[in-house]
Amino acid sequence: MNTGILSPSGRVAAIVLSAMGLLVLAGPLFFPASYHLPSPLTYAPPSLAHPCGTDLNGRDLLLRILEGGRISLLVGICGAAISLFIGTAYGLIAGSSGRGTDNAMMRAVDILYSVPRLIFILIFINAFNERLQLAANSQGWDWLVGSSRLVILILSLGVIEWLTMARIVRGQTLTLRERSYVSAARVLGEGYWTILAKHILPNLAGIILVYLTLAIPSVIIDEAFLSFLGLGVQAPQSSWGSLLSEGAASINPLRSAWWMLLFPALALLTTLLALYTLGDSMRRKIGAKGH
Amino acid sequence: MLRRLASLPVVLLCVVTITFFLLRLSPGGPFDSERKLPAAIEKQLLAKYKLDGPILTQYTGYLNDLIHGDLRLSTKYRNRSVNEILAQTLPVTLTLGLTSLILAITAGVWLGAFAAARPGTIAEGVALAITLLAISLPSFVLGPLFILIFSIKLSWLPVGGWGTPAQLLLPAVTLAIPYAAVIARLLHDSLRETLSEDFVRTARAKGLPERSVVYRHALRVAILPVVSYLGPLAANLLTGSIVVETIFHIPGAGGFFVNSILNRDGFLLGGVVIVYCVLLMIFNLLVDLSYRLLDRRIQQ
Repeated sequence: MNTGILSPSGRVAAIVLSAMGLLVLAGPLFFPASYHLPSPLTYAPPSLAHPCGTDLNGRDLLLRILEGGRISLLVGICGAAISLFIGTAYGLIAGSSGRGTDNAMMRAVDILYSVPRLIFILIFINAFNERLQLAANSQGWDWLVGSSRLVILILSLGVIEWLTMARIVRGQTLTLRERSYVSAARVLGEGYWTILAKHILPNLAGIILVYLTLAIPSVIIDEAFLSFLGLGVQAPQSSWGSLLSEGAASINPLRSAWWMLLFPALALLTTLLALYTLGDSMRRKIGAKGH
Repeated sequence: MLRRLASLPVVLLCVVTITFFLLRLSPGGPFDSERKLPAAIEKQLLAKYKLDGPILTQYTGYLNDLIHGDLRLSTKYRNRSVNEILAQTLPVTLTLGLTSLILAITAGVWLGAFAAARPGTIAEGVALAITLLAISLPSFVLGPLFILIFSIKLSWLPVGGWGTPAQLLLPAVTLAIPYAAVIARLLHDSLRETLSEDFVRTARAKGLPERSVVYRHALRVAILPVVSYLGPLAANLLTGSIVVETIFHIPGAGGFFVNSILNRDGFLLGGVVIVYCVLLMIFNLLVDLSYRLLDRRIQQ
């Protein structure tokens, strides 16, 4: 994407995000092998050898944060991509079908907005994870056995975060379909799906990109919420959410390992802030262009 | 309005049905443990908790009990009914939720109006930056940090627990902050738009002081998007209170919810979900009503 259209704060956010992505992907490769293993050095405060300190099992916290970031970002990006797909399809259909269908579909979105969706997803994940695992075992899908929970987490979070996307896409579709070039295509006898695919969808690309940027942090927050409660990503995998819950557990009046809380919190905060700033700056640009 | 009222039972039925089948169709029962129970005892237990027979009969039986206001027995907390548990824990959750709701609205509206009344100034920029920061601080980050700072390092406030106003303060603020920021941003955008409309120009032309223009004339119109956000907000607060109750060791319904998932305590889980949904529906109905009262143009 051309960074020229971003405001200065948006540009800073994009740089921070790229740096975070690079760190999380490549960072763990540079740690000595011993850092991956438990050591007798439990709850060591930050030092030169361990910049973020160590955890209960003497593992290096910085390494764990970087590895947790892989999971958090993976869930965020994949979940947002699924929500983008569902939301765009839903919004396109609602916005281009007749009034009755549109009303019914948007009413359903309203209802879903005011239902505690995350609670249902929580039940769903915990009910179906075992089922999926049984299926994976019997089918011999080894790749799925270890990560079935992650897969189900990504799918379910994608399934609940599409509402805003659907609203935005539907609103845009409603205005776009009144444009003269769309009427012209209709008069020329192009079919419903052709018009959607050729004339409406390409014009939605910008706004979809903006709301993708805003959907990623929502999914990351949802995942962290579930993992914080111990109902999301499970050991040996960890995400920023599960690291935070370990951090919350390791502070008490007698001995507070503050680094266990502070550094995962900083990692999550930086990423969310950068994503929101980037999305905000992109939205303002597109909003300004639209008027 | 009547149609909305009529759709409530349908939505509720959907909620109950989804919850029931999610629970009953998952593998593993509430009495599975390391040690296998003798068949006769297991049969007796299943009968006591009405978990025997074909699934459809179980479902209609559950619906029937629900209509009579019976949320059944908890399978984990033996000899306690779900009604009993909720009667004890729900007031706690609602106190926390309502306090946060009021805090979020008050702080959000104030900050949003503050920023919108100062377009293009540093004050507006700072206020908007604060909201961006606050949105990026979900309650499971803020809560433990607040405990670390205010309870452990400074010893100003209790670490957790429930019963005194001091114990309510940190959890309520923790829960409210991100949503106050959302409200502030919503109101800021909507107020900026309203302030450029004709009736505001008229009010200014009449020589009304800027304060009165913003807070008395424009705010009344600009508040509408905030009002329609109240429904989703309530849902988010109820969900969020689950994690806040866990962090601050508050004996509310949220903690029981998490445990009931881990314990496969189906009826307790179902009870919490159903009661939450009923509460949210009532709340949404009230919000809808007040929206209509506020915006008379809709009725015309």
